[in-house]
Amino acid sequence: MRLMNIKPGRQARFVLAALPFVLLAAAYFTGSSMRLAENPNDKLLPALSSMTQAVKHMAFETDVRTGSILMLSDTLASLGRLLWALAISTSAALVLGIAIGLLPGANALLSPFVGVASMVPPLALLPILFIVMGLGENSKIALIVIGTLPCIIRDLTMRVLELPREQLIKAQTLGASTWQVALRVVLPQILPRLIDSLRLQLGPAWLFLIAAEAIASDSGLGYRIFLVRRYLSMDVIIPYVIWITLLAFLMDAALRLLQRKLFPWFASVRAE
Amino acid sequence: MSAIRFDNVWKEYGDHIVLERITLDVASRAFIALVGPSGCGKTTFLRMLLGEEAPTRGQILVDGVPLKPEPDADRGVVFQRYSVFPHLTVLQNVLLGRELQHSKVIGRLLGASKRKAVDEAMTLLAEVGLSGHETKYPASLSGGMQQRLALAQAIMRGPKILLLDEPFGALDPGIRADIHVLMKRLWNETELTVVMVTHDLSEAFRLATRVIAFERNRNRPEERERYGATVSRDLEIFPRRIPAPR
Repeated sequence: MRLMNIKPGRQARFVLAALPFVLLAAAYFTGSSMRLAENPNDKLLPALSSMTQAVKHMAFETDVRTGSILMLSDTLASLGRLLWALAISTSAALVLGIAIGLLPGANALLSPFVGVASMVPPLALLPILFIVMGLGENSKIALIVIGTLPCIIRDLTMRVLELPREQLIKAQTLGASTWQVALRVVLPQILPRLIDSLRLQLGPAWLFLIAAEAIASDSGLGYRIFLVRRYLSMDVIIPYVIWITLLAFLMDAALRLLQRKLFPWFASVRAE
Repeated sequence: MSAIRFDNVWKEYGDHIVLERITLDVASRAFIALVGPSGCGKTTFLRMLLGEEAPTRGQILVDGVPLKPEPDADRGVVFQRYSVFPHLTVLQNVLLGRELQHSKVIGRLLGASKRKAVDEAMTLLAEVGLSGHETKYPASLSGGMQQRLALAQAIMRGPKILLLDEPFGALDPGIRADIHVLMKRLWNETELTVVMVTHDLSEAFRLATRVIAFERNRNRPEERERYGATVSRDLEIFPRRIPAPR
């Protein structure tokens, strides 16, 4: 039988999915124990025990200097920035994407501008943001918004333009005004696609968040890993990276679930 | 309940002439079937009647008034596909026209006015044979049921003219026969003037009061661009079909 026609069963799928994770962990711990056998003070590949110790210190004990639990306060600081930025991005993109997709005038006015703006490397704007908005929260949120907004706008514009022409005509023959078409036909059909778009932008959003925190910040997950980098504290960095990954993964899963629950009709439309 | 007049209408795309010298009078309450080979401008004709496209020359009059250059609630339409909204349930699809009509800002009816519209919609759904499917989404309906829904949705808004763009072309023969019966009944019960584009001749002769054929008179390759299609046959159906009196 051809390789392309062999479909793994339920159990096989599970095993296959787990395999890369297991292999990675195995490779890590083999390397770690080899290095530690040679030099018990090695910091590059810390053992599980020292990472557990570090997590315990960071996540379950109050920091003497600040009086707070560091991992918790870092997480809250980062998530706050990220969620604010994504809320701004998605709401602005929703309005602009629908306007550009539905109104030829708005398209002529904004489409070229958004096309150019989306090509500006956001990180190159970071110094300008720091200069203009200071080193506080605003510049970090602004970076994430600038980094994600143009892509979401372009994606939503395309999704609006992809709606069948027949639907827009049909709505007009039912007497709909432009506003009503936007509200009752376009918006509800764009929302599930916005979730798709948002899921794809989660990666860039985290990237810009960590970058902004690494360069100038006094809290946050990105701040912490770049801070402890000075002491080669891999036992803190690795758990933090895993934690960040887990947070991003959970956000993605939550969005997917939200899409399925809120828009039960969408799966069959997408399948077409 | 509207007479339509085409007054020497031409449609050109750049140098390419699609339709030429279309002069037609459609009586109020007529059921017109437009037939012709593919690419003869049937759909272009319908799009002009919808207001989606404007004629290059000549004008289209409805009850003596020039047609508005955009679609409106006077002209309902059923396309072959994408006629119903996938994000609305069957009931919501039928309600939509009424909601758009009476709720300009939020596009939704609430309370007593909603209940009244729901009652109306349920009656209409029963009439087109979709009772019991109210809460389903269109994707879970068969093709024939989707077209019944599209008809109900268009009729709910009370258009004067109903435009049909190969509405039953994708349906199985048995289902098509059923929906023909429904279509005839709707035409009798409402005051619609119907214009239907079809490539199915038997359908045209079974439903219409008048069958109009479009054809290109000149078909040599070097002539194709510069000569459009025009009315080549205009057949009244005998014995005369007369809509039920109101």
